[in-house]
Amino acid sequence: MLTIILRRMSESLFVLLLMSLLVFAGVYAIGNPVDLLISPDATPQDIEQVTKALGLDKPLWVQYGYFIVQVFRGDLGHSFLVGTPAIELLLSKMPATMELAVAAMLMASIVGIPLGLIAGLKSDSWIGKTIMTASIFGFSLPTFWVGLVFIMFFSVELGWLPSSGRGPTSIVLGIPVSFLSWEGLRHLLLPALNLALFKLALIIRLTRAGTQEALMQDYVRFARAKGLSQTRIIGVHVLKNILIPIVTVIGLEFGSVIAFSIVTESIFAWPGMGKLLIDSINGLDRPVIVAYLCLIVVFFVVINLAVDLIYALLDPRVRFGASAK
Amino acid sequence: MNDIQLPEIVSPGKRLWRIFASDWIALLGLAVLSLLVLLAIFAPFVVPQNPYDLAQLNILDGRLPPASQSFDEKMFYLLGTDDQGRDIYSAIIFGMRISLGVGLLSTLGALLIGTTLGLSAAYLGKKADSLIMRIVDIQLSFPAILIALILLAVFGQGLGKIIVALMTVQWAYYARTVRSAALVEMGKEYVEAARCLGLGHLRIIFNHLLPNCIAPLIVVAAMQIAAAIALEATLSFLGLGLPITEPSLGLLISNGYSYLMSGKYWISFYPGLALLVMIVSINLVADRLRDTLNPRLQK
Repeated sequence: MLTIILRRMSESLFVLLLMSLLVFAGVYAIGNPVDLLISPDATPQDIEQVTKALGLDKPLWVQYGYFIVQVFRGDLGHSFLVGTPAIELLLSKMPATMELAVAAMLMASIVGIPLGLIAGLKSDSWIGKTIMTASIFGFSLPTFWVGLVFIMFFSVELGWLPSSGRGPTSIVLGIPVSFLSWEGLRHLLLPALNLALFKLALIIRLTRAGTQEALMQDYVRFARAKGLSQTRIIGVHVLKNILIPIVTVIGLEFGSVIAFSIVTESIFAWPGMGKLLIDSINGLDRPVIVAYLCLIVVFFVVINLAVDLIYALLDPRVRFGASAK
Repeated sequence: MNDIQLPEIVSPGKRLWRIFASDWIALLGLAVLSLLVLLAIFAPFVVPQNPYDLAQLNILDGRLPPASQSFDEKMFYLLGTDDQGRDIYSAIIFGMRISLGVGLLSTLGALLIGTTLGLSAAYLGKKADSLIMRIVDIQLSFPAILIALILLAVFGQGLGKIIVALMTVQWAYYARTVRSAALVEMGKEYVEAARCLGLGHLRIIFNHLLPNCIAPLIVVAAMQIAAAIALEATLSFLGLGLPITEPSLGLLISNGYSYLMSGKYWISFYPGLALLVMIVSINLVADRLRDTLNPRLQK
């Protein structure tokens, strides 16, 4: 077990190192940061002074060292556009992204698990086949275009729901949230639905496969032989057993939902981290880009590490398979 | 006296085609896909105007709804026009050309890199195998869009860069697929025979192993083309993909986005529909290919 933990940790460190090199190369080696920081009419003396002050006259590996130290201190510079520290700006947008991602995951699960269950129970009937064919579309539909169609239909044509922004927020435990007010919910609905579609097909397919497998198990046959009602067999015996892998995957996919919210946030002007990233890229706001990349990579590394360790803890095959190598 | 029923002899290609063609949805997908590819290839000959020749555009025809006549009544705009009076139908056909081209190029490149690395991992084993597969595992634990975004955010955008980004995102799928297929083949006798004959490593890898690992690669490649096209469109829509000089479907959709609120839906709706039809038809074909080439389902 200890060897697995150590190996996974060293892997995570390797990813972080690679990432930091990539970001460093992109931000410092390509293009001169001085050009971005000072006005175009500065004198050569000014340029030299700023170069010295930023440590840009030192060898590259020393600069990289400075960069790493700064990252560890959480000091990634100030946003060029807003002027506040980049990391603060990013963290202030985090609750919006998290709310959107959680709402999307909830929607995908609430709709996807029952549909998958139906598709698994009635896999040969037209309803099961319809659900599965529809899920191919779920895989194929480009998220951003679906978002546009939502806006076109629900906001422009019908005028039912707002197409952009977050609406009024209320503060819960110091965190601003939208879902507590009616107006906020209305704002949340379309972007969350858009993001949920992205994971809906996956949850449907997973639930269906799990259901079909569970139905063939002896404990289901035994429950039937005992004369239990169909609702009880499915609601208690089948569902309970298939929920474990589904919940695991939902947890696993949470990271990718946050990554994909970049697209949804841009379409619906949802004021989260993803929209901030795109705005920063378009506005050449490098400190914010770097802060986002660092944060998201750390986030993913932590999620992956946690998932691997939980798997190793729960599944003896992973444990023994790894130590047998 | 000639009543012995000989089994009909069919070539493997014909047999596979029969299995493939037994599903009418897949056939429909293939037909639509072929049509789109032909339209894209012969784009200049099937559109009423060259959408990027400014001399052919008339600003007076700007933002006309679908099925309208041009100002001088010489042109008929089936799907309407954009803000510069560009025929949306022509722009879509040209956009499909770019989207398909980028998707195909990046898939081919990734196929080449991924297959080479995956085969090497399987053939060399030990250290090389665990190193390559570790990198594959690490990369696949990040969503494709995130990796592409990081690369484009750090290195900037452009046609070459987006192809490289798409290749970087995709190669790991091929490496993993071909490695697992090759590991099965490695245990078979013909590889041992080839080794006993003293054939060179490269010859064994490319002439003996590779041809037997093609089937799963084709399936993954078909699905990845669709994924690459969708990813390119998404990145272009966000303004991080292709430059304005290479107007792919994603850029067309992005261009019409600002007119959506005023009810001028057609500028981004139809390019999006074209993108959707393209991706769905590729996925239908890929789905059927997977069933066709799966040895477990063959008799």
